[in-house]
Amino acid sequence: MKPAPFDYYCPRSLDEALALLAQYGDEAKVLAGGQSLVPAMNMRLARPGVIVDVNRLPEAAVIERCDGSLRVGMLARQADLERMPVALDAVPLLAQALPHVGHWQTRNRGTVCGSLAHADPSAELPLAIVVLDGAIEARSSARGTRWIAAGQFFESYFQTALQNDEIVVGASFPARREGWGYAFEEFAGRHGDFAIVAVACAVALEPNGVASEVRLGLGGVADKPHLAPLTAYCGRVLSQRDLPEIANAAVADIEPPSDLRGSARYRRALATNLAQRALTRALASARTACDGLAQ
Amino acid sequence: MSYCSKDGRTTISLEVDGKRVKAAVSPRLLLSDFLRGPCAAKGVHVGCEHGVCGACTVRVDGQAVRACLMLAIQTDGSRVETVKVLGIADAMHPLQERFQARHALQCGFCTPGILISAQTYLREHPAPTRRDIEELLSGHLCRCTGYTPIVDAILDAAELERR
Repeated sequence: MKPAPFDYYCPRSLDEALALLAQYGDEAKVLAGGQSLVPAMNMRLARPGVIVDVNRLPEAAVIERCDGSLRVGMLARQADLERMPVALDAVPLLAQALPHVGHWQTRNRGTVCGSLAHADPSAELPLAIVVLDGAIEARSSARGTRWIAAGQFFESYFQTALQNDEIVVGASFPARREGWGYAFEEFAGRHGDFAIVAVACAVALEPNGVASEVRLGLGGVADKPHLAPLTAYCGRVLSQRDLPEIANAAVADIEPPSDLRGSARYRRALATNLAQRALTRALASARTACDGLAQ
Repeated sequence: MSYCSKDGRTTISLEVDGKRVKAAVSPRLLLSDFLRGPCAAKGVHVGCEHGVCGACTVRVDGQAVRACLMLAIQTDGSRVETVKVLGIADAMHPLQERFQARHALQCGFCTPGILISAQTYLREHPAPTRRDIEELLSGHLCRCTGYTPIVDAILDAAELERR
């Protein structure tokens, strides 16, 4: 349970880091928090020839509000966000999802952007950014910066739209908007374990109570975060009685995997229940948000 | 930029339990093995070596982290603290004293990691709820106690320190 030998680079600027990735391509791995990469290396599931340790890049841990979004820099630890009430208040879905990400001890090291780049299909942060319709900022020395919509970023198990010479330099989570409610639900064997199923939900209500958007994503049921097609339920006033039907619709086209932690049938039942719970809470919080507006 | 080849060694300089340490390390050396080996900090227990069990938890620059998920080479210039910083048998830290009083350990393998986690957590959260401590302990595996006496001991210690 020790990593295989690797050449180690610790760049002091982003340009140096990008040059290394351009040089070594898929031989190199970026080491940020290391809470997924190092276990994989210890177990020899990953044997990168070159490690590019980005932990000493300056200015990379910035977390800031800008243009209706929360921008999270590449080295911001998950616990940094948890310790920032302003950030949690700006993105309520993130505030609810973060406590489920690993354990307190791993969140002290693990980065938000690293979790996105790792793209575990049961991970909370990829699910949250997909449901919020956020974006990931990737940079390479050859092509500069590009923003990738979260919906396009995650491709399959541990696969993203990132090229070998690119680093995730930041992520943008849309901040709470007027009339929106958010909820995150998850079930795992123990708190902090990988989610068997996770659900993130965002609902927007017009002042007259009509739902203008119903976004619901499922984690742990496919090879990437699954955004349920629920547009049929927009433009209507939704009551508690509608929610079982919406939850059923949300899981209608999933084909969850069976493994040691749960059968496909179990996952589907769990997804339905958690979806209904998330819808209930998101709708209630959107109503509160709307009442706040009316007063 | 610093570089070390896979067969090479880099000299790192850091503080371990209050003592300056200078040592040549290869890139693949885990912090957990560095602490137990060259630093002789045997209170760092190595269980699963992939970040699950929490036995190797230490404090790096004030944060409780898994020593098996950091490379020694990454800690150049850091301050690392292991369970040694808490207390000794004749002058126990309140946490250690409460662990003894509450029978919060049996084999003791998980204990050093839990003590470091708890001490660090209580600095940030001086008045935790039972639920908070249960969540904190989700990051540690104990196969002896069933956790209940550990939660009791940590809550006791938090109360003692608030007085």
